[in-house]
Amino acid sequence: MGMEGIGAKVLRKEDKRFITGKGKYTDDHKVAGMQYAAFVRSPHAHARIKGIDKSAAESMPGVTAVLDGKQLTGDGIGNIICGWMIHSKDGSPMNMGAWSALATEHVRYVGDAAAVVIAESQSEAKAAAEAVSIDYEVLPAVVDAVKAMGDGAPQLHPEAANNIIYDWEIGDEAPTDAALAGSAKIVELDITNNRLSPNPMEPRSALALYDEAEDHYTLYTTSQNPHVARLVLSAFYQVAPEHKLRVIAPDVGGGFGSKIYIYPEEIVCLWAAKRAGVPAVKWTSERTEAFLTDAHGRDHITKAKMGFDANNKITGFKVETVANLGAYMSLFSSSVPTYLYATLLSGQYNIANIHCNVKTVYTNTTPVDAYRGAGRPEATYVVERMMETAARELGVDPAELRRANFVTEFPHQTPVIMAYDAGDYSASLDAAMAASDYAGFAARRADAESRGKLRGIGMSCYIEACGIAPSAAVGSLGAGVGLWESAEVRVNPVGTVEILTGSHSHGQGHETTFTQLVSDRFGVPTDNVQIVHGDTDKVQFGMGTYGSRSGAVGMSAIVKALDKVEAKAKKIAAHMLEADEGDIVIENGEVTVAGTDKKLGWHEVCLGAYTGHNLPDGMEPGLKEGAFYDPTNFTFPAGCYICEVEVDPETGVTDVIQFVAADDFGKIINPMIVEGQVHGGIAQGIGQAMMEHAIYDDEGQLLTASYMDYQMPRAGDLPSFKVSTSETLCPGNPLGMKGCGEAGAIGSPPAFMNAITDAISNNTLAMPATPQRVWAAING
Amino acid sequence: MDLSGQQLIAADRVFVWEKLNDPEILKRCIPGCETLEQQGEDAFKATVVLKIGPVKAKFSGAVELKDKVYPESYRIVGEGAGGIAGFAKGGATVRLEEKSGETLLIYDVDAQVGGKIAQLGSRLIKSTSAKLAKQFFAKFDEVVLSEINA
Repeated sequence: MGMEGIGAKVLRKEDKRFITGKGKYTDDHKVAGMQYAAFVRSPHAHARIKGIDKSAAESMPGVTAVLDGKQLTGDGIGNIICGWMIHSKDGSPMNMGAWSALATEHVRYVGDAAAVVIAESQSEAKAAAEAVSIDYEVLPAVVDAVKAMGDGAPQLHPEAANNIIYDWEIGDEAPTDAALAGSAKIVELDITNNRLSPNPMEPRSALALYDEAEDHYTLYTTSQNPHVARLVLSAFYQVAPEHKLRVIAPDVGGGFGSKIYIYPEEIVCLWAAKRAGVPAVKWTSERTEAFLTDAHGRDHITKAKMGFDANNKITGFKVETVANLGAYMSLFSSSVPTYLYATLLSGQYNIANIHCNVKTVYTNTTPVDAYRGAGRPEATYVVERMMETAARELGVDPAELRRANFVTEFPHQTPVIMAYDAGDYSASLDAAMAASDYAGFAARRADAESRGKLRGIGMSCYIEACGIAPSAAVGSLGAGVGLWESAEVRVNPVGTVEILTGSHSHGQGHETTFTQLVSDRFGVPTDNVQIVHGDTDKVQFGMGTYGSRSGAVGMSAIVKALDKVEAKAKKIAAHMLEADEGDIVIENGEVTVAGTDKKLGWHEVCLGAYTGHNLPDGMEPGLKEGAFYDPTNFTFPAGCYICEVEVDPETGVTDVIQFVAADDFGKIINPMIVEGQVHGGIAQGIGQAMMEHAIYDDEGQLLTASYMDYQMPRAGDLPSFKVSTSETLCPGNPLGMKGCGEAGAIGSPPAFMNAITDAISNNTLAMPATPQRVWAAING
Repeated sequence: MDLSGQQLIAADRVFVWEKLNDPEILKRCIPGCETLEQQGEDAFKATVVLKIGPVKAKFSGAVELKDKVYPESYRIVGEGAGGIAGFAKGGATVRLEEKSGETLLIYDVDAQVGGKIAQLGSRLIKSTSAKLAKQFFAKFDEVVLSEINA
């Protein structure tokens, strides 16, 4: 390892511009003649549009156009797609209702856009949007997924009878039932996974440019995957053909999944720029608009049963889940509660029989899709709350019950598709128990009791699946895309390097981590390496960043391209130094012949590639290589989290006293950045478990649409985390990486809830464990 | 949201009943009421400016008096749109009981709000509504007494 190579804590190169306020986000981009869009959104959760009166708005100052859904569909703009086909257990395809970027006949959630105003200034657009008068016939609404399936519930889409999108299963039901029937002990648990708002720091924004002379569009947008956005906008929404549309995702301030999707606003801004005859249209979400329209996360209701034999070995696991997908099917919404969820129900355990049934349901709420962890937090919550509950009911130590059931031999095929490739779950458990002084807990509890406090400890041994994913595998499961990644390495004649990547950084630090690969390979300083991403005109194609895939998949593509560059550079150097190619060594910025004093500077070899004066016969000049990398398997990060809390029984206020994370992410490139990802993930997970909750009233009004009512975790709510990592290499990719972006948010909610339910001796407490709920749970 | 309360008014029941049916009196008593136009025998068109938490908006809508039982009770129902602020709809049952020459006015309000008012002000709606109801009946009491004295 060089000073800045793999394993070095290189400070983040991008932070200079972020910390000094010089980041350039979508809303910072301005062009001449740019106008502004303001959306007219439904205040009703469910209504029929009887008419739209635009006359007052159209005559207001600065207004260029007032456009509606009938004009949008009339211009041939396609309905919004869901990119993953799920079949019900009876073999029928999912029942998907139509979703137009602007509503035509019906609005189905509060915030559903029915019209848009284009005006010269943002304030004029907003004022005119208020003057658009929409005559609604209000219809009954339903917000609860279980109620939505019931008789007589309001129906959202004619395609989905009883609002059921699909009724899906995985695993074998009969053997699982038999295993449970033959068990010495069955543990049952009802679980609710609360609905969340994603809350990236930068709200969504779109700036659409239309060049009439070239019939060409450019979209600046807050996207985690600009190439996917361009593909979907052109192939499915017919906004513009792919070669006439450039999508740029510049600096993006956080995503957490919510910026994967192509939302109505981007479609409308592109369409409206041409339709209204203006050079550009910009829209930037307000915070309350973000609460209403950014895809929400989670919202599962689950019943689970786990069987144990007389030796406390798991015999079978049966899970039934109802997942609320909101009013429309967002881009990857169908995959989250199925293949990203139920495939992880084996946890870290050897379970021979698993069966899971998932019903997904339309309701009059904001669409629900992937949110940091996407299905794996929901699975981990079910598995790890179950293990803790089982340990309490069986009267055994929770750590030892887990250890007795760990998978210890690899590869391990679970009954729910996943084949775990490598791991050492006992190592993480031991590390977390040591770091948390698990053995000394009883004394700490006694001390708390003497102070009138209730102290509890809880753990969670999570496993998740990252590095999504082998294209053929996800294709066979219904994905509409392949999930490979691309990279191009351009070496300049002076030896500096540009890496073009299809991954997209929106806070993950790619501009630092990716440069470390080059530094490690060629010994050039990271300052001599530039990362280029987020622009479809620069990077040919890519699948973007989500599912902790930028390391395991994105960097693997870079490694493949670096292999090709290294091979060519060695050929050139061997020719220049009159040596054998196999003896050439590139390190510390020098190219040497092993065992001799013959050497060239790295820059001399690069310059040689471009002058072409002295190249091997038949070799093309230049030093630039590209690669596509398609993973061979998912990767399986795993770890153990232990949380310790103290509850004040008088007030229900909970203090997180200690939080220990012992993770196995495989190979780590930049430990500082990995630690930051774990910190953020744990904070987000504790936020879900302790505070965050998107709440609708019975009429479908979102009651938590500002930070007055939606509580986010703050630094003062959290202790200093004790984090450590162990390293079992992932055999599936060249670097041995597993991914670290979501683990914190996956592992922490069950650890926290196991701790607090231990403290208050009430296992029925549901997330979020607000003081009010905790107090009620204590005081019955 | 449900809300109920009562107010003792130092006037006889028939007098109170008449005032409760007088649009001019209602207009003066409804907090933030800018216009109240009679549309039919028991139907009105109203504009009311309301402030709930951070949201201030002018609501325009229709108000109707229903189930009238002279001089004992009626139900007042209404629905108003506040533009981008959202909407409010609901009703109130008002009953008048004789109480040794005075009148006890008993009200039960049910209201629903939607849009921005619900998103930003949901926690404030009940307290705001209670305050508005109190303001209305205090003003009504004051107006009725001044009419008696006039």
